[in-house]
Amino acid sequence: MIWNEHFECMSREQMTLLQNERLCQMVERVYYNVPFYRKKMQELGMEPGDITGLEDLPKLPFTTKQDLRDNYPFGLFATPMEDVVRIHASSGTTGKPTVVGYTRRDIAMWSEVVARSLSAAGIGKKDRIQIAYGYGLFTGGLGVHYGAERIGATVIPISGGNTAKQIQLLQDFESTAIALTPSYALYLAEAMEEMGVKPESLKLKVGIFGAEPWTENMRKEIESKLGIKAIDIYGLSEIIGPGVSIECMEQNGLHIFEDHFIPETIYRDTLLPSEQGEEGELVFTTVTKEALPILRYRTRDLTTLQYDVCDCGRTTVRMKKCTGRSDDMLIIRGVNIFPSQIESVLLELSETKPHYLLIVDRKNNLDTLEVWVEVDDMFFSDEIKQLEALTNKIVNALQSTLGIGVKVRLVEPKTIERSEGKAKRVIDKRKI
Amino acid sequence: MIIKQLTIFIENKSGRLAEVTKVLGENNINISALSVADTSEYGLIRLIVSDGEKAVKLLKKSEFSVNLTDVICLSVAHKPGALHDAIEILSEANVGIEYMYAYALGNKAAVIMKVSDPKEAIYVLTEKDIELLKADDVYK
Repeated sequence: MIWNEHFECMSREQMTLLQNERLCQMVERVYYNVPFYRKKMQELGMEPGDITGLEDLPKLPFTTKQDLRDNYPFGLFATPMEDVVRIHASSGTTGKPTVVGYTRRDIAMWSEVVARSLSAAGIGKKDRIQIAYGYGLFTGGLGVHYGAERIGATVIPISGGNTAKQIQLLQDFESTAIALTPSYALYLAEAMEEMGVKPESLKLKVGIFGAEPWTENMRKEIESKLGIKAIDIYGLSEIIGPGVSIECMEQNGLHIFEDHFIPETIYRDTLLPSEQGEEGELVFTTVTKEALPILRYRTRDLTTLQYDVCDCGRTTVRMKKCTGRSDDMLIIRGVNIFPSQIESVLLELSETKPHYLLIVDRKNNLDTLEVWVEVDDMFFSDEIKQLEALTNKIVNALQSTLGIGVKVRLVEPKTIERSEGKAKRVIDKRKI
Repeated sequence: MIIKQLTIFIENKSGRLAEVTKVLGENNINISALSVADTSEYGLIRLIVSDGEKAVKLLKKSEFSVNLTDVICLSVAHKPGALHDAIEILSEANVGIEYMYAYALGNKAAVIMKVSDPKEAIYVLTEKDIELLKADDVYK
């Protein structure tokens, strides 16, 4: 089912014309409304008139997550605050989140791309969709919610967690679709098994999964355990949230809604556009967003773009399921975590030194994060209750910055590897 | 009457306690008392040794987390009620016991205690004629 044939199936020539036009308007808008971009373009000796279309895109400056942090909270907004109707945010270093804003039109556009996404996943008006992404500052819950309402589906806004209730509603409300993180889906499947709830007794037929990387093997496991089709949805709050791209029923790459988000891939070393068909870091330029238009946002996700026409009939460019990242960001239970965040928390606590090791694992299909901290003389006490109090203090400080549960383990001094260059700070056992 | 106790942090993995005893043995440091407090992931070894300062230096060189703590050592009769008498004195004086370990040999028992206020403990115990061991009696 194609929600918007006009935009999803247009010829490459039409799409290029549309993108050229929208890109030029967008560049002009950010130049005159966002001092940050005006300064960046002036530094490069550029004026809006220098950008005449897509071929000029690589001349434009990049935007990074750090730029959003540096302009915390609303510094990159291109509209007056009175026109901003919604704020979302994701966790950031030392408690400073990355803040994004939406005008009424932005919310409408977001609902549109999520409506297209859900349609591509075979979800329509007659479906009942259980939204098990978190609601709140995180874009997952509300993002999918508005799109699901747009297509006229019956929305069950249960939010994340509360597994027993999730299963009860799957049974009682006869949900046909569910939106959640892939790791939570596996956890849910196991909980159902334990409760003796058979997947064939449910009406569930499709799930859309995103907010964290997952493998083809996980897909197979989810599909067989829940007896559903598992569709990958991609998005990031800096661009819009979920709904930047989606797999169709062919499950052969994710269709990017490129009439709103123009993708590029760049080589990690030279930052130059990669050859067609070659892997690179995914970069997005939003061309219709009002509140927070973004030029060439470096997602740090690695993928390959495919321009051939998909069997589903959509002509939009597809991105391969992301294979990795070009930075050290970890996605744990859907939450973005940088090792540097942990380092700054440890530095702020006077008792600890910034020697740490992160052990990321997946137990019972849920991601776990264990932080190893060395016990040195400042830290050390002959009383276990003191050591435990200190451990709890570290746990609390980390949890309030990271927003996820953390286990802290005390280890002997000098057991964590020292290195002159880039120390090994992370052991990820999840094999994603 | 204040005795210096050595505390060493060790992870729960085999061979770590042996490394501590090796360092002490090779350097001719004698152990008078030992106790281990354990959690699921690590343990604290508490030791009274013949030369605490030297042991700390040697163990730090071997990259252990170690410190010296003030404790007291009571000598009470090895008979019913004797330990109770001493503990009650501390309790009445509002001195808290953080932890303790003890052994009995012959007709005497030695009790090592970490208390909230060692000076006050020594004062109230000696006043009630409870025998406290001197450092030199313990470091042998």
